[in-house]
Amino acid sequence: MRLTCPHCGARDLREFTYGGAVLDRPEGDWGPEWDAFIHLRDNPAGLSREWWYHEKGCSAWLVVERDTRTHEVVAVAEVSR
Amino acid sequence: MRFNALRILREGLTGNKGWGPHWRDPEPKPAYDIVIIGGGGHGLATAFYLAQQHGITNVAVLEKGYIGGGNVGRNTTIVRANYFLPGNSEFYSHSLKLWERMEDDLNYNVMHSQRGIINLFHSDGQRDAAVRRGNAMINQGDDAILLGREELRKMLPYLDHDNGRFPIHGGLYHPRGGTARHDAVAWGFARGASDRGVDIIQNCEVTGIDREGGRVTGVQTTRGAIRARKVAIVTAGRSGQVAALAGLRLPIESHILQAFVTEGLKPVIDNVVTFGMGHFYISQSDKGGLVFGGDLDFYPSYAQRGNLPTVEHVMEAGMTLMPMIGRAKMLRSWGGIMDMTPDGSPIIDRAPIEGLYLDCGWCYGGFKAVPGSGFALAHLLATDRYHDSATGFRLDRFLTGRGIMDEEGKGAQHNLH
Repeated sequence: MRLTCPHCGARDLREFTYGGAVLDRPEGDWGPEWDAFIHLRDNPAGLSREWWYHEKGCSAWLVVERDTRTHEVVAVAEVSR
Repeated sequence: MRFNALRILREGLTGNKGWGPHWRDPEPKPAYDIVIIGGGGHGLATAFYLAQQHGITNVAVLEKGYIGGGNVGRNTTIVRANYFLPGNSEFYSHSLKLWERMEDDLNYNVMHSQRGIINLFHSDGQRDAAVRRGNAMINQGDDAILLGREELRKMLPYLDHDNGRFPIHGGLYHPRGGTARHDAVAWGFARGASDRGVDIIQNCEVTGIDREGGRVTGVQTTRGAIRARKVAIVTAGRSGQVAALAGLRLPIESHILQAFVTEGLKPVIDNVVTFGMGHFYISQSDKGGLVFGGDLDFYPSYAQRGNLPTVEHVMEAGMTLMPMIGRAKMLRSWGGIMDMTPDGSPIIDRAPIEGLYLDCGWCYGGFKAVPGSGFALAHLLATDRYHDSATGFRLDRFLTGRGIMDEEGKGAQHNLH
């Protein structure tokens, strides 16, 4: 599996760290929404939107769309804030 | 059909023509008291103990593939009870006791071999941690022996004891730990359950979970609708997809764990050896192959195969620990799908839907738990009370923060275990 970083091009999996599913962060105090955000997962067998960190490259946080059944990488995008 | 030495001798002399199928292959009935989704080790053990312990036999085990074709046939077969935290400790202790009587219970040779497990340590701090874990195991009633440098050198002469980076200071020895033949465990439980009246239905995928007025009424399958008073989801590796049929999201992410086996060799590794610093563990199968593995690949996957960086890491760790392994040719590698929970501990509990039960989240430790999990879930299904060995595996522990069982002390968040 290789990821194509928007800055660095196609790079080896060793350079990246998986950072969890892309989910909307809730507002307010602890409650079921926070439990859902931190613990519960759709855990799809198929297309999955995930955070990946280009730790040993440009240090960018990336949003990766990937098929969990085949490891096919569909899209890699930089996060704009 | 019961197995005994005379029968085996007679069959051996007459061409083994007298053996029949080990379990029945019935058509699904329209209704059961209990439907167990998933014919892996845990589901089959649940069915067996429902029949053996509670006399409940109007039970179906629905398996989408074939018996022994899932994670129960894809693990590295290690059986142990060397957990530390209350909640886990008593559960795995109970499970190991069930392992020790399994072959008698099932009248089946599962090749359970208590060859002992040695967890290596490489520093004073790790030695202290091993002493503490060993004491916890002894307090639980299990066995643990601290091996010093010289004892270990005598016992496992093939290790690189004076490795520059990870010199071996000793090991925590758990003599009752060992291995078993994994598919025989599935076959034995299937046979034991079937003999007692449980229907084991293969090639039967559950496609829907029926609910009426907030309670479960049955399942839809590729072989028709089946009504049930209680339904248990015992599909570790696919828990998320099956729970989604009931509208549930679980605290589980599915990760890939790779395993490897070499060509068959003469006996060379007598025990199970774990090298935590390298995320590496190894044993030798009765066929002679060295069976070993490492850590997760650390990204979600259902592919049942991993990527090369982890392969390389595992091989490097093996070479670091025991350079002789470089002489063996690797035969096969494969991957299993791990139900990873945030705290690394499993779930055996009621789902928030009446009549629906969950047995999932076994992370990378499901095989040794097969009898304990089946026993505890059978108890919960039969009595609606938690078995004493499994009071800690609550689904709501992440929401409430009470009873988190984080053996590694890393935190109860995904992707840390």
